[in-house]
Amino acid sequence: MTAMLEVRDLEQKFPIGGGIIDRLRFDKGRLRIENKVVHAVNGVSFSIAKGEVMALVGESGCGKSTVAKTIARIYKPTSGEIRVDGQDIAALAPREMLPVRAKMQMIFQDPFASLNPRQKVRDIVAEPLLEQTMGRAAKSEVADLTLALLARVGLNAEHAGRYPHQFSGGQRQRIGIARALSVNPGLIIADEPVSALDVSIQAQILNLMMDLKDEFGLAYLFISHDLSVVHHIADRVGVMYLGFMVENAPRDTLFAAPRHPYTRALLSAAPSIEDKRGVAEIELTGEVPSALSLPSGCCFRTRCPFAWGRCATERPALQSVGDHHTVACHLIDEPQRDRT
Amino acid sequence: MTGTPLLSVRDLRTYFHTFSGVVKAVNGVSFDIGAGEVMGLVGESGGGKSVVGFSILGLIDPPGRIEGGAILLDGIDLVGATEDRLRDVRGCDISMVFQDPMTSLNPLHTVGRQMDEMLRLHTDLDAHARKRACIHMLESVGISRAAERLGAYPHQFSGGMRQRVVIAIALLAGPRLIIADEPTTALDVTIQSQILKLMRRQIAERGASMILITHDLAVVSEMADHITVLYCGKVVERGLTRDVIRRPAHPYTRGLIDSIPNPHDRQKRLRQIPGSVPDIRNLPTGCNFHERCPRAQTICATAEPELAPQRDGLHAACHFPLMEGEPA
Repeated sequence: MTAMLEVRDLEQKFPIGGGIIDRLRFDKGRLRIENKVVHAVNGVSFSIAKGEVMALVGESGCGKSTVAKTIARIYKPTSGEIRVDGQDIAALAPREMLPVRAKMQMIFQDPFASLNPRQKVRDIVAEPLLEQTMGRAAKSEVADLTLALLARVGLNAEHAGRYPHQFSGGQRQRIGIARALSVNPGLIIADEPVSALDVSIQAQILNLMMDLKDEFGLAYLFISHDLSVVHHIADRVGVMYLGFMVENAPRDTLFAAPRHPYTRALLSAAPSIEDKRGVAEIELTGEVPSALSLPSGCCFRTRCPFAWGRCATERPALQSVGDHHTVACHLIDEPQRDRT
Repeated sequence: MTGTPLLSVRDLRTYFHTFSGVVKAVNGVSFDIGAGEVMGLVGESGGGKSVVGFSILGLIDPPGRIEGGAILLDGIDLVGATEDRLRDVRGCDISMVFQDPMTSLNPLHTVGRQMDEMLRLHTDLDAHARKRACIHMLESVGISRAAERLGAYPHQFSGGMRQRVVIAIALLAGPRLIIADEPTTALDVTIQSQILKLMRRQIAERGASMILITHDLAVVSEMADHITVLYCGKVVERGLTRDVIRRPAHPYTRGLIDSIPNPHDRQKRLRQIPGSVPDIRNLPTGCNFHERCPRAQTICATAEPELAPQRDGLHAACHFPLMEGEPA
């Protein structure tokens, strides 16, 4: 069976401009204009089966949102493959993306910025469908479908004629979900869909997303920084740091037996209302290095409590440590250096 | 708690008079904080928790006004105090750490100058001693090369480092109470845990008290001695942290706790609170929570419950409080 989404060696680099004066550098007695590049995503690979929920977690600047936006082809990738239902879309022109968008839709983080304030809700929800059918769909059919979708996400016919500003954050996120569902996609990319919402509303939206997944057989790529949310919703979790995937494992494995020091630090740092039982605490010092100049070797070595000489010279590759569980860390080869 | 509490808030009411009606952002809130205590003030957006913090420091601007109640610091009322008196209180007795470290520092002044200002206003130290104190304070909040960094501007620091600077400024004049309004909400989880540890240690070393304002129950449960839960500008529950988190008496608190996905008790569906927070200009009659409450009866729509003692030393404002371990 082909995977719903398969990403291989995805790289995304953004050149940053800035004035020519800022970029002038003396190099071996000559004046050069330096090209600065943000290494946002550095060779990420993973796949999502039909009906599977894959979560990407990590801190701000780790590239998780860039991965999502590149897969949705809001950005064009620098290199790598993105296969949606078997078809490589990495190099498609915007016009060629249209049929792909019927299989893949996106839900955004900020429900205040992601809906056009000048469109009525019914037009917002119908837009992807009209786009797909080149506007040839029968009006009454579109109207019926729109109302059915709104009803499915917990809104009613009365809401269809209103504008986005008349809704609360949670309701707006429901509108965004209805819009994504309108073309009946197999994959939904959700970039921090609940992080702007209050906790009681967050639970409502997560429940809705899980119900829709079962009903429509959806696969999700779920981007989040909140580990308790990820634990609730994901089947599989990828941990990102500085544009690299450092660990990728089934949910229960990742939360019960994380292997990468960064994953362990992330889990022990997350505040919890429960007593933390048996979580070996790894406290990180310092902050994430700049993506303008990546550290040599392992991306995490500048903050890793275990780092040694090899980590500065050799970049660890993802290697398998068990059932569908891959880790990029030299500790796997030299476990005696793990001092916890 | 013995004798007079450090800070005692009594029936505080802060209203905002807007064109579309009176917003009763804080409507009869009372609590006490003793010396060395950490109190968590929790609730969802619109609960009024930040307005409580601003009211204590006298930072409410028109159209907002403190309509009534008392804020007693060492037994002396701050409501209606002169601006001069409030200026002495701010920074010296009570200081504040704001949510957003990007906007709470002045981008045009060096960090050293912003720190120095606090000491210049509140101490008699000479310039030399002030500089030494600033360097010492920056070091104690974990900023290396402190002497050099005094000359740096806020934009030269990362978010986590900026929040350390803000905390350093808040601690400089040795306040007895720190009001921290969502101090780590803008930060990443590993940085959050560094900052929370730092705050806990600094507060304990100085014997200061803290009001921790947050929407994050997990943060509060790791930091606070006791918790006050706000809903629509009113206290709905308060008690020791352990009791409020483990066996709350108010259905709203229970709902909030159940909304957090729990890794040890994974269920297909989260138990959600139906509906959303009502418009504060147009609150329902009776209990503010009754439209969303699974336990609501007819009396809840007509009579407003008072905050009353419940089991386990908890106080809750509910006609039908939860028994221990009972689901909402």
